[in-house]
Amino acid sequence: MSGATGVWGALGTLIRRDLLLALRRRAQVLNPLVFFVIVVTLFPLGLGPAPNLLQKLAPGVLWVAALLSAMLSLEAMFHSDFEDGSLEQLLLVPQPVFIIVLAKALTHWLLSGLPLLLLAPILALWLHLPNEAILVLLITLALGTPVLSLIGAIGVALTVGLRRGGVLLSLLVLPLYIPVLIMGAGAVDSAAAGLSVGEHLSILGALLAFAVTLAPWAAGAALRISVE
Amino acid sequence: MGTSVRQSPREYNPLVAADEDQPALTAENLACERGDRLLFSGLNISLDAGNLMLVEGPNGSGKTSLLRILCGLAQPSAGVVRWRGEEIGKARERYCAELMYLGHNHGVKGDFTPYENLQIARDLAGAQSAVTLDDALYDVGLAGFEDAPARTLSAGQRRRVALARLLVTQARLWVMDEPFTALDTDGVMLVEKMLERHLAQGGMALVSTHHEVRVTEVNIIRLELR
Repeated sequence: MSGATGVWGALGTLIRRDLLLALRRRAQVLNPLVFFVIVVTLFPLGLGPAPNLLQKLAPGVLWVAALLSAMLSLEAMFHSDFEDGSLEQLLLVPQPVFIIVLAKALTHWLLSGLPLLLLAPILALWLHLPNEAILVLLITLALGTPVLSLIGAIGVALTVGLRRGGVLLSLLVLPLYIPVLIMGAGAVDSAAAGLSVGEHLSILGALLAFAVTLAPWAAGAALRISVE
Repeated sequence: MGTSVRQSPREYNPLVAADEDQPALTAENLACERGDRLLFSGLNISLDAGNLMLVEGPNGSGKTSLLRILCGLAQPSAGVVRWRGEEIGKARERYCAELMYLGHNHGVKGDFTPYENLQIARDLAGAQSAVTLDDALYDVGLAGFEDAPARTLSAGQRRRVALARLLVTQARLWVMDEPFTALDTDGVMLVEKMLERHLAQGGMALVSTHHEVRVTEVNIIRLELR
């Protein structure tokens, strides 16, 4: 029997645990992805098949849909663990609390952000986005969706103990999502217009670095307050 | 259902066990408020190896709050809790490595099988015992239920899964909030046997309960909350 696991061992165990849990509750994982696909595919049907108009709207539509679908699955991040007492057990794991939050945010991204990277190119074609813009869309999603998961973790950690925390969660998290939305959609827009996207991507990268370093600590502190 | 507890040796870290000069868990002048109500104040606790502390008191007297404060899950409105002389807030990871908490919501995942539940608990624990997961499940009387989702088990059986967690980890301090809830007479005996063996091996336990705990050759400290 091996001895005490290290920080990374614990991170691995927590991610495996949450992925297995997601496997047992497939519907909960699929819902936000189906939502993303439905929202994006409804636009051409509602607006008519004019390629110019769709191309103009595509970056915003894709990013707004990605943001909303990330929000849909946020609440599940800590909810069931809070209900059945697992969250208390997790907080008593002899590892820094930020490891638990990092594992949760990473799993959330693997299940809600990563699949978007696979779905987005197909939907982008549906909206007549040019190829170079599709590449930029993927880069912005790769940089931006982890930020959504990490910032979301803070909001969920703060509201998990509240009975109707859902509305409050949106109010807390949405303002912090707006920079990601502006930069993400802006970069794709510029790429579609043939402009440089360096600044947008740099800011998204900076947001990601900021979120990775600060969000786990903030969410960890919030979690301790919520459990009390 | 077998309730015999296996007599396998569970070695404790000698470096940790050697420190017997001071009580392992101490609390000074603890107070707890809920809303406007003062649940308790000026509470002093000291718990040493081989001791069982029974926290007794009517409903709403603050038993659960006290246990949660002593685990570090909640903050007292006054006072400090120390583990081996260090404040638990500062030595959180060292403290948690030696602590197992069995709360009201025992944290058994309904989507996982008992086996998976135990596996995760063991992998995340600070120190793992030599008892295998199958043996631990057998010991708590869940042989044959390893592969059923815990959701399909009865409340008492789920509590037994939580109890098995104590067997696959090597925590020195067990904190148990009403451990006898939902258990049948067999299960009550199982908990008593587990406690007896844990204490005989130099462990310590904090138990809140309304029942009489029948353990022999154990130094029992009673704490009455009003």
